[in-house]
Amino acid sequence: MKRSGFWNDVKKYKVLLLMLTPAVLFFLLFAYVPMAGIVLAFKQYNYTGGVFGSPWNGLDNFRFFFDSGDAWRVTRNTALYNIAFIVVNNAVQIFAAILLFEVAGKWFRKITQTVMFLPYFISWVVVGAIAYNLFNYDYGTINVLLNAIGLESIDIYNTAAYWPVILVIVSAWKTLGYGTIMYLAAITSIDTEMYEAAEIDGANVFQRIRKITIPNLYPTLIILVLLAIGNIFRGDFGMFYNLVGNNGLLFSSTDVIDTFVFRMLTTSNEIGMSAAAGFYQSILGFATIMLANYAVRKYDKDRALF
Amino acid sequence: MSTMAPDLQPVTKPAASKPKPTDRLLMQIIGYVALTLLAVFCLFPFILVLSSSLTDESKIIEDGFQLIPTSFSLEAYGILFKYPQEMLKAYGVTISVTLLGTLFGLFLTSMTAYVLARKDFKWRSHFSFFFFFTTLFSGGLVPWYLLIVNYLDLKDTLLVLILPMLMNVFYIIVMKSFMSSIPEAIIESAKIDGAGDFQIYLQFVIPLSKPALATIGLFIALGYWNDWYNALLFISNSDLMPLQYYLYRLLGNMDGMRKAMMAAGAVVSSDIPTESLKMAMTIVATGPIMIAYPFIQRYFVQGLTIGAVKG
Repeated sequence: MKRSGFWNDVKKYKVLLLMLTPAVLFFLLFAYVPMAGIVLAFKQYNYTGGVFGSPWNGLDNFRFFFDSGDAWRVTRNTALYNIAFIVVNNAVQIFAAILLFEVAGKWFRKITQTVMFLPYFISWVVVGAIAYNLFNYDYGTINVLLNAIGLESIDIYNTAAYWPVILVIVSAWKTLGYGTIMYLAAITSIDTEMYEAAEIDGANVFQRIRKITIPNLYPTLIILVLLAIGNIFRGDFGMFYNLVGNNGLLFSSTDVIDTFVFRMLTTSNEIGMSAAAGFYQSILGFATIMLANYAVRKYDKDRALF
Repeated sequence: MSTMAPDLQPVTKPAASKPKPTDRLLMQIIGYVALTLLAVFCLFPFILVLSSSLTDESKIIEDGFQLIPTSFSLEAYGILFKYPQEMLKAYGVTISVTLLGTLFGLFLTSMTAYVLARKDFKWRSHFSFFFFFTTLFSGGLVPWYLLIVNYLDLKDTLLVLILPMLMNVFYIIVMKSFMSSIPEAIIESAKIDGAGDFQIYLQFVIPLSKPALATIGLFIALGYWNDWYNALLFISNSDLMPLQYYLYRLLGNMDGMRKAMMAAGAVVSSDIPTESLKMAMTIVATGPIMIAYPFIQRYFVQGLTIGAVKG
């Protein structure tokens, strides 16, 4: 005799299920229902038809997206920026974390760590204001300094070439404290006996760092990098939108998939192509996350996402 | 740092040359210099904005934004506080959204995490996957946008600033892993005493989860406070603009600002110190964060540190 049928279980877990209901409804509504809207990528959206009434247009939206060169441009930008961010940010954070660990003064450590964490807490809008303060052609501090040493002003907001460098620096600035703290946590969990043993064997500080500290950070680093690679086709909309805005002159080097999708939706009213680009990003993202997770699993099963 | 037990074994290998103290000194020098540079690098943009907000407008027009105000002036702040209606409205929106969002968000997140952490819940991995899958794949911006605007009719409501951000899978996971470390025995004994599932959550798990609640609560609050994206997409009513979005509008559209101020009181257009005003508004928009920061940052550090160690 079946003692516990499905409905018996429901009764048994009644309260727990009830407690889950808000979250389930939330994600059903805001995450799963929109997935049905993917059909928009294959339709010619019009307001009267809405999502389900608009006529199908096959792969036209995608053709438009790819033929115009937009697909390549935004994909390339998104991926390249993320690679640059991964490399630079992790390098700087590990560097800072090692220094924080080695430096002697307790107050100095506390203060510098606190200061380095500060940029994480401000919104990208504020960062946009800071950028304006620095980059503005007429009043910006950078041009003020350039003029002071006799050089001509540079038109940062109108020159696409500067922006890859700018955005990498800004990203490093914003995430410095956050990442440093994570790496510092990993460093402090390294067994100090190893250091002391190395010292007895005659290793100097730099050798200790090279031979003990850094190798012990590899697990953290690899996990973070692999997960970041899983997100390589997702751009930080806040950063790009507030720094670059709607400045079309800069799009060649700064337009990422997220800003493109946003602009197509809100400004150009290209619902179909926006949906197509969004779907393209979701598929790519899913594929890369699966691959990245597979790689993490092969490396260290416990650290994988699933 | 752990204290090491005294090394009782005699060193039998030939004495290696002791590391010269100079390498340590060099390390300290590099450390102090590099960290100071990094700290300055992180801090100076704020100082720049603050200084620009306190500089006389005519000096800005003439000499640009400088690190130290060449000519001190509180005019920009004066204007802001003389016609504060818009700013106060924005503050009001942000504060209410942050309070409500954090309260409900924290409650729902912790409740969900509790259920997922209950090892005796048969379907917990199924539900975990249900939530987790949403981080792997999404329908994209367009369907989500159309859902909220056309089908839920949430445009220009306070709810739209709260609801879409209410739950975050990552926070659920973090809180769940924290709750999983609560000893099984406590829940067992509570069940034996006849406590219901929700009761256990409220009376036992919540009090024991205070550190996680504080950390996640602060993360959620920070997210709400800094949010401008939902307003950008869904808000056109000036009574419902949160702080950061208000700043965003001001930065991009000084004309609008001018009009609002002229409507609020007789102000001649040429009197408005646009550049220093932008900077002053920036300081005002981020001021509370800066003030609260020294007190709350350790919770974030705590949360990150535990998260990092747990992987």
